[in-house]
Amino acid sequence: MADVWVLLDHEEGALSKVSLQLLTAARSLAAQAGGSPVAVFCGTGWERAKEAVARYGATKALVSESKDFDRYQPAALVETLAAVVGERTPWGVLFASGPAGKEVAARIGALLGLGVLADAISVSVDDAGRPLVEHAAFGGAVIVRKTLRSAPYLICLKANAVAAEESPASLEEETVPALVSDDAKRVTVAERVSTAAAGRPPVDQAAVIVSGGRGLQDPANFALVEALADELGAGVGASRAAVDAGWYPHAAQVGQTGKTVSPQLYIAVGISGAIQHRAGMQTAKTIVAINKDPDSPIFALVDFGVVGDLFDVVPKLTEEIRRRKHAG
Amino acid sequence: MPLNIAVCVKRVPDTAADKNLDPTDFTLRREPDESILNPVDEVAVEEALRLKEAHGGEVTVVTVGPEAALTKAARRALSMGCDKVVHLSDPVLHGSDAQAIAYALACVLRRGSYDLIVCGSESTDARTSLVPPALAEYLNLPGLFHARTVEVEGDRVRVQREADQGYDVIEGPLPAVVGINWGANEPRYPSFKGIQGAKNKPVESLTAADVGIESTRVGLAGSQSQVLGFAARSAERRRILVDNKDGNAHVKLADFLQEAKLI
Ligand SMILES: Cc1cc2nc3c(=O)[nH]c(=O)nc-3n(C[C@H](O)[C@H](O)[C@H](O)COP(=O)(O)OP(=O)(O)OC[C@H]3O[C@@H](n4cnc5c(N)ncnc54)[C@H](O)[C@@H]3O)c2cc1C
Ligand SMILES: Nc1ncnc2c1ncn2[C@@H]1O[C@H](COP(=O)(O)O)[C@@H](O)[C@H]1O
Repeated sequence: MADVWVLLDHEEGALSKVSLQLLTAARSLAAQAGGSPVAVFCGTGWERAKEAVARYGATKALVSESKDFDRYQPAALVETLAAVVGERTPWGVLFASGPAGKEVAARIGALLGLGVLADAISVSVDDAGRPLVEHAAFGGAVIVRKTLRSAPYLICLKANAVAAEESPASLEEETVPALVSDDAKRVTVAERVSTAAAGRPPVDQAAVIVSGGRGLQDPANFALVEALADELGAGVGASRAAVDAGWYPHAAQVGQTGKTVSPQLYIAVGISGAIQHRAGMQTAKTIVAINKDPDSPIFALVDFGVVGDLFDVVPKLTEEIRRRKHAG
Repeated sequence: MPLNIAVCVKRVPDTAADKNLDPTDFTLRREPDESILNPVDEVAVEEALRLKEAHGGEVTVVTVGPEAALTKAARRALSMGCDKVVHLSDPVLHGSDAQAIAYALACVLRRGSYDLIVCGSESTDARTSLVPPALAEYLNLPGLFHARTVEVEGDRVRVQREADQGYDVIEGPLPAVVGINWGANEPRYPSFKGIQGAKNKPVESLTAADVGIESTRVGLAGSQSQVLGFAARSAERRRILVDNKDGNAHVKLADFLQEAKLI
């Protein structure tokens, strides 16, 4: 079957932005492969997700609702999905290329003897019906083209690789049983601790990112970065120096040993632009830096750079953007 | 309970340079003098050593890769305090993808009876993060990944798993595979004594046949993923620079963002 499946990434039925991008990608891949875009929902809250799934063009949904997916995350999901993929052999499955999506894809690949393409920044179907994927390597200096030998193809697509586009379709639903063996129950989720700021996207999903570095001088000054980020609807990132100093959590670190991001816009505030930082952000579409040192290496890779004191520039910029938003 | 720990480490290039790509088969040329222990694996080694110090036991370094993998990566782990090395090296492994490496590692690890298998979360060259979860699946062991803390109590392991925003506390029985995130600890520097001592620690060298690897499942031909080609990414940046001497750079920046339809 040439259907293209999407494993929906969601929080109790609230779909992440990446899910909408994956649905959009599945639509064009399915058209190329000669099948239909199919959404796979595991967890709780399907009623909440349903409308958006149809709006972004899935013609079918495989729905498995169970609390076990939260309790035994992700082993329950791995077993359930591996079983249906093995049985129905779609063209392929798209996963969000974050830590969670890649873990699920890797485990399903090992269970079914399938290969996995991770970190795709573009995906299409070649003349032979195989996937053609591009991913950035060596800190974004090189683009590698890859394919897989045998279907179903497991592909992890990075956030913002495609822009989400609506294309309403009528959605057929099918219930799929949750498959949770004793082995899948070995690892349990005992507690979830969320530090999410309402409305602020996680750094590796954000279309716009404002990152802060050692130039902020004090953890309290991250408030400047956050205020600018909130004005832009952006996620907040950090350099390793800021993370090492304990100013911001590692989940927000951008770079070789943090997240690799390709947002539409990346604003580096008080970050010098060391090679290990660049490795995580130089594929951003537009790069802006605010740094008081004109010789700072970050300026070698900007589209727009401000040489100046961030304590002066950033609050004024936030205010200026607010003013223009209200004026426009 | 003393812990029999294995820590999986990988050798990576020190600098990210495209000159290391072999244009004939698109694999990485690994020049021994330019490579280091994967930085995240240093964190994994540190975590393994701390667990050994708390519970007693032994830490075995397991690495798959060419002969030179020993010189930098495994030796570094030994000089930090690990007890011995198991090194799988075989020409049939050349060009193996992440799933194939995980399969090969599983074949090596099955020969020992480890309570805990510790990996880094991600290598700085491939950056796939696929190896540890695939490894756990091949071994049919519980997997706990993206750990920012690891605690062992009796025969159970508990991990704080880093999430996008916040973390989950997850726990499971030993034996298990654990993946450690960058930032979980501050890895120690090898002491002079550690460096000297490393030279006398046992190194077991294995071939694919020694561990029963099916050659059709590894190497370029046995890997599911295929590299078709690569190209340098052109990154033309506009490089507009403005000085904030007049205190008005924010207006110019806002103009730029507006023109680019970013606000
Ligand atoms: C193995 C390894 C892995 C690494 N991984 C990462 C990684 O994942 N991510 C990462 O970021 N780094 C990483 N690093 C660290 C990297 O090498 C740099 O040390 C780090 O990125 C520096 O952070 P920074 O730019 O915030 O700090 P600094 O280099 O100290 O730069 C601070 C900048 O702020 C500017 N500044 C100061 N005051 C002001 C002001 N008032 N107004 C405007 N500008 C000001 C300064 O001019 C300077 O350019 C890694 C290093 C190693 C060895
Ligand atoms: N060749 C290898 N030998 C031993 N361990 C490896 C190897 N490749 C990957 N690993 C382990 O898997 C982790 C993740 O690597 P990767 O999946 O390549 O990003 C590393 O941090 C290592 O712990």
